Amino acid sequence: MARVDLSTELCGIRLSNPTVLASGILGTTKSLLKRVSSAGAGAVTIKSLSLDPLPGHNNPIMVGFEAGAAGTMQGGCAAGFLNAVGYSNPGVKEAVKEFKDLSDVGAPVIASVIGRGVGDFMKVVEGLWGLDFSAIELSLSCPHTPGFGMMAGQNTPEATKEIITAVRTMTRLPLFVKLSPNVPEIGRIAKAAEEAGADGITAVNTLGPGMVINIEARQPVLDFKVGGVSGPALRPIAVRCVYDIYKAVSIPIIGVGGVSTGRHAIEMLMAGASAVGIGTAVYYQGIGVFQEVCREMEEWMTANGYPSIKELVGAVHN
Amino acid sequence: MILEPEIFKIEEVIPESTQAKSFIFRGRIDYQPGQFIMVWVPRLDEKPFSISYHGEDFFGITVALKGRFTQRLHQVKKGDSLGIRGPFGQAFNLQACSEHNESNGPTCVVGGGIGMASLAVLIERLKMSALGGSASGGPVIVQGARTESELLYRTRFKDMMLYTEDGSAGRRGLVTDPLEDMQWRHGFKALYTCGPEGMMVKVFEFARRNRIPLQASLERYIKCAIGLCGQCSCNGLRLCIDGPVVNAETLATLEDFGRFARLRNSQRVTIEEYLKGCA
Ligand SMILES: Cc1cc2nc3c(=O)[nH]c(=O)nc-3n(C[C@H](O)[C@H](O)[C@H](O)COP(=O)(O)OP(=O)(O)OC[C@H]3O[C@@H](n4cnc5c(N)ncnc54)[C@H](O)[C@@H]3O)c2cc1C
Ligand SMILES: Cc1cc2nc3c(=O)[nH]c(=O)nc-3n(C[C@H](O)[C@H](O)[C@H](O)COP(=O)(O)O)c2cc1C
Repeated sequence: MARVDLSTELCGIRLSNPTVLASGILGTTKSLLKRVSSAGAGAVTIKSLSLDPLPGHNNPIMVGFEAGAAGTMQGGCAAGFLNAVGYSNPGVKEAVKEFKDLSDVGAPVIASVIGRGVGDFMKVVEGLWGLDFSAIELSLSCPHTPGFGMMAGQNTPEATKEIITAVRTMTRLPLFVKLSPNVPEIGRIAKAAEEAGADGITAVNTLGPGMVINIEARQPVLDFKVGGVSGPALRPIAVRCVYDIYKAVSIPIIGVGGVSTGRHAIEMLMAGASAVGIGTAVYYQGIGVFQEVCREMEEWMTANGYPSIKELVGAVHN
Repeated sequence: MILEPEIFKIEEVIPESTQAKSFIFRGRIDYQPGQFIMVWVPRLDEKPFSISYHGEDFFGITVALKGRFTQRLHQVKKGDSLGIRGPFGQAFNLQACSEHNESNGPTCVVGGGIGMASLAVLIERLKMSALGGSASGGPVIVQGARTESELLYRTRFKDMMLYTEDGSAGRRGLVTDPLEDMQWRHGFKALYTCGPEGMMVKVFEFARRNRIPLQASLERYIKCAIGLCGQCSCNGLRLCIDGPVVNAETLATLEDFGRFARLRNSQRVTIEEYLKGCA
């Protein structure tokens, strides 16, 4: 059989393969984006940018939780992670220096944008005018940063609509909105985003928040006490969210949450995603995870007679 | 212990200098010199430190007084507990050698200030193994500090060459001063260094000129320590997992080495600005 074609398209952006570096993992600097792109990612997303610099929460900002018996959490055994990075970022003005020339990154770069309110979102997007980003992703869904995302009530259909409507007037680039899984009906929010002019949906951000307590110290491990769940434990929820969103809208979806193998990626595509975000799996498999996932997809697609990605997207709905 | 801190009791506190104290914990940790651990004070913060003492059933850290976190650590007493996560990162390679360099001379360890903390266990291992040895045994150790009261481990390693900026102990000057002459006399097999970045730049230039394999332990602001958050990026190198120990070939590719570092909000600033404190 002929070699399978892993390329995919997101709102007119051509990706050589469906893997996308998720926001907040390694996306702080252009050199890291370049490294991830050379490691095989089809597209990369920068760490979310706010209008003003944010120092983020104090450490620990991340903690893993075990899958099996106590003491077995070495290496690959963690069921998932909590993170409460707290959106540390240098603010849009500094970021413009960092990301001024993206032409040599080697893959499309998506700008992730956050704001305390509509005005912030508009100003940050305006601040990025003239740069080589391929798309903008508005993150309305962080569960652990006061003033932003869930903690600012941005994960409702009404707030989503208001923010998208305003930002839509500020950019010619494809506009994605990143949703939280912590809502009763994610399809409704996706629909609101589509109606307000969003070109695509990224789903999902981290789940929760959750808490891990160190029982000897009698304290939550994260300095912010709570953090969003990512990694394996998030995957079935992310898949269900993508499934629901696919039913609700006709714009493309980047499915994110717990993906670390080719099989996981295919599952996400079948649920309805056109591309697949990868974050926490960089811990389990290193930066090589992008290439590895692609290789596994290729193998599976070859063995099972799928010549290209489009035969997979939304396959469970047929 | 990699992904979640484990609580250890402090068994001993050792005053090391006017600026530094060591804290010894009972317990076993699998550690290679050059790696670091994350030390957690609940409700305060969690920061990176090298292991400066290591044995079968104990380990310790040496902490220089800097800002809020290290001030709190300096108040910690015997019997108190701290959370520990790790060890993380790439270790020093004790077998460092290169095709350019067939020297049979000694290895040389160059430490500046608190940088000595991440070299201490390395020195012990080099002394134990035949690898570090010259005919007289062990590596050549050069330690520099601003002034006598800031010198570390003077009774632990009796054979160090000492340099102070004010001449209050050892010779007046910089650790890098004697390197060319010693190289001429001994022909070093390998160099190991940790200290202020300006000092390491000089050691790096010396190593390049003389084609001596070099490994340096760098510092950047570390958060997750497991290679995910991107905070410690230095020209795409994740210091926490691809470093902190890097060799001369890698150093040569790091445009930021000796020049730029990132604050905890990822803003890239000059090293001088970075060192002014970024918390
Ligand atoms: C791999 C590595 C090993 C280290 N080993 C030692 C050691 O053995 N002994 C020792 O005394 N110090 C060591 N440090 C430095 C130590 O982490 C800082 O001195 C300490 O975090 C200062 O915290 P503070 O709140 O007291 O000071 P602050 O006022 O917050 O900071 C003072 C300076 O410390 C550095 N710093 C602060 N927070 C961090 C952080 N999260 N990560 C990295 N650097 C930071 C910055 O240069 C900052 O300008 C090491 C650092 C790294 C990266
Ligand atoms: C350390 C860390 C930082 C993150 N930072 C951001 C962020 O800045 N903006 C954002 O939209 N999502 C952020 N996320 C969420 C991820 O982009 C992703 O949606 C989530 O982790 C689920 O995917 P995963 O299981 O593959 O990690 C972060 C996740 C982690 C683990």
